[in-house]
Amino acid sequence: MILNKLKWELRDSVTLMRIFIGWHFLYEGIVKMYNPDWTSFGYLASAQGPLKPLFLALTNPSIIAWVDILNMAALILVGLTLILGFFEKLGAFVGIGLLALYYLAHPSFPWLTQVNVEGSYWFINKNLIELVACMVIYQYPTANYFGLGRIFNKNKTEKL
Amino acid sequence: MKWTRRDVLKGLGGLPIVGGIWWAGAANTLLYSKEKSEILEQLNIEPSLPSALPAIEGEPIRVGIVGFGIRGEQLCRALGFATKEWLQNMKTAAEENPNHTALKNFLEQDKLNVQLVAVCDAFDIRAENVVNSFSTEDFKVDRFKTHQEMIRSGKVDAIIIATPDHWHAPMAIDALENGVHVYVEKPMTHTVEETYRLKEAAEKSGALLMVGHQHRQTLSFKTAQDVVKKGTLGHVSVIQTNTNRNDDNGAWNYHIHEKANEQTIDWDLFLGSAPKVPFNKNHFFRWRKWWSYGSGLSGDLLSHDYDRLNCVLNMGIPKSITASGGIYTHIDGRNVPDVLQVNMEFPDFSTGASQIKGKEKGMTFIYSATLGNGFNRPTILMGHDATMELGNKLTVWPEGQSTKYAAMIQAQKMKPSVPIFQYNPSANIPDAISSATSQYFADKGLMWTYINGARVDSTFLHLREWLSGIRNGTKLSCGIKEGFEEAIASHMTGISYKLGRKIEWDEENQILKPIEGIDFNEVLLSNP
Repeated sequence: MILNKLKWELRDSVTLMRIFIGWHFLYEGIVKMYNPDWTSFGYLASAQGPLKPLFLALTNPSIIAWVDILNMAALILVGLTLILGFFEKLGAFVGIGLLALYYLAHPSFPWLTQVNVEGSYWFINKNLIELVACMVIYQYPTANYFGLGRIFNKNKTEKL
Repeated sequence: MKWTRRDVLKGLGGLPIVGGIWWAGAANTLLYSKEKSEILEQLNIEPSLPSALPAIEGEPIRVGIVGFGIRGEQLCRALGFATKEWLQNMKTAAEENPNHTALKNFLEQDKLNVQLVAVCDAFDIRAENVVNSFSTEDFKVDRFKTHQEMIRSGKVDAIIIATPDHWHAPMAIDALENGVHVYVEKPMTHTVEETYRLKEAAEKSGALLMVGHQHRQTLSFKTAQDVVKKGTLGHVSVIQTNTNRNDDNGAWNYHIHEKANEQTIDWDLFLGSAPKVPFNKNHFFRWRKWWSYGSGLSGDLLSHDYDRLNCVLNMGIPKSITASGGIYTHIDGRNVPDVLQVNMEFPDFSTGASQIKGKEKGMTFIYSATLGNGFNRPTILMGHDATMELGNKLTVWPEGQSTKYAAMIQAQKMKPSVPIFQYNPSANIPDAISSATSQYFADKGLMWTYINGARVDSTFLHLREWLSGIRNGTKLSCGIKEGFEEAIASHMTGISYKLGRKIEWDEENQILKPIEGIDFNEVLLSNP
């Protein structure tokens, strides 16, 4: 029993990953929220790849403000759910969606000029890896182990 | 339902993490914003907005185009008149490449209250192109053989002169003397003597003269005026500006039309006052390469760079100019240089000072040009307190040894490597201490100048200002004063290059200081 408690298990690693990804999303969201000058205009205007027209359409002055607010809100939502451990599946799902958009706006295709990247990528980049990590979180919930789920779902768990 | 201590720890463990991240994000961002606004407040630069002009009301202004070559066609498009051929080509280009937006931009351009009524061109094909493209069922564009006929026809209120340089002044003077408004391409004149005659004609005439330095409409230049006026840069001792080109078009080796021959080109009309030489297609289409018709780098490109800076600084005509260069990259029969270095001295000019008295004046303007390399050397204004890069966007870096910013640099609130001000007309707000990312996007040309959501051409704005001046009496940004300064500076450069001597300006008498035995006009027109 005591040995078992000290053992680092898969769920510990997944929990740590969940918190780190939440951390990453939350900080990105907060920084944008407190910076009135921030806009996704540059990121969208320089989009490449098959969905370029869609991203360019989002830079339209009449909707860019909404795009910015939605992005910020989604980042914070993912951050809070993954760190606090409630509605983590929803958070992971939204995270997958956001990361897919980020990837598609600037895909690491070898025939495209890589704009503003800090590494070398060939199809797979960090956005895509983080996306797969969100898939793991979605499939392997850990909120009932570490997170608010442990408190709110205790009843259900005990009843079961 | 009973919670153990472990449940509470593991259940609420995320809360302090959220709190920590929230605090860090907010604190870092607010600190950054505070430092930024502190700098912006100190600089107090007012970014310019697109100028609002009253509408051009009433009957359409009747405009004649003289010279429908490459520039003439561009000017007509800016007026709202694109040839059928161009529209078709751009349509095809847009179908092949959805990113090709020339047609879209043209169609979205505001309509000006003008009618293109007349054309004058020595080449039949070009003149006919205008007549065929812009005539409608109930309206025919008139073709005139000479500018004199067009000006005296009573059919034009205004003319646009986009001819070789040696025709600029004769046409502009004739139009102004007959009460016809003029938009003339740069350089305003071809010789020193013409410059004075055109000045006199413009000052006497009730008609308006506008010189075609369309960059005066660039929003960033208007903001740059404020940057300098607020003393942001301190004493500017050196300006460096450049021409860097490495292609046929940039070296004036334009396309020679396949239908060009002695029957389709009125050769004598083209030559005008130029030396009589036999028919030569090369001269006709690539006239910028010979002093007989053009002014080489000094009149063609330095004139733009000089006027850009004169627009920002209003420094006037330099006290002296020395120039040197040669024909090094395009040995193809041209006699104007393709490499040119120019130093203009302004010993009494001042952009203000933060230092002790006696250290506030004197500036050299350096122009360096080559037609053999296209590396982008930017335009830089180097002041005691800061450096400014001038382009479509503006960037200002503080100087490490600045007097004005000494305290902020000491406190590390400013760093010489980090811009303190950046202006980009396409962004919503002025950006101080811009990130590497946004700088990168701007450098890539990914951010355009938009006015009310449409991409706008500065030539359109310049022409609109001229038309509004004609109809509403609004002010012109590039009239005879600016044109005179630009023309004199260009001619002094050409003369200095050709003589290999320093050419001086006599401010008091408003003349070039004479050099015994030398006729400056002859020097300019000579074909070495």
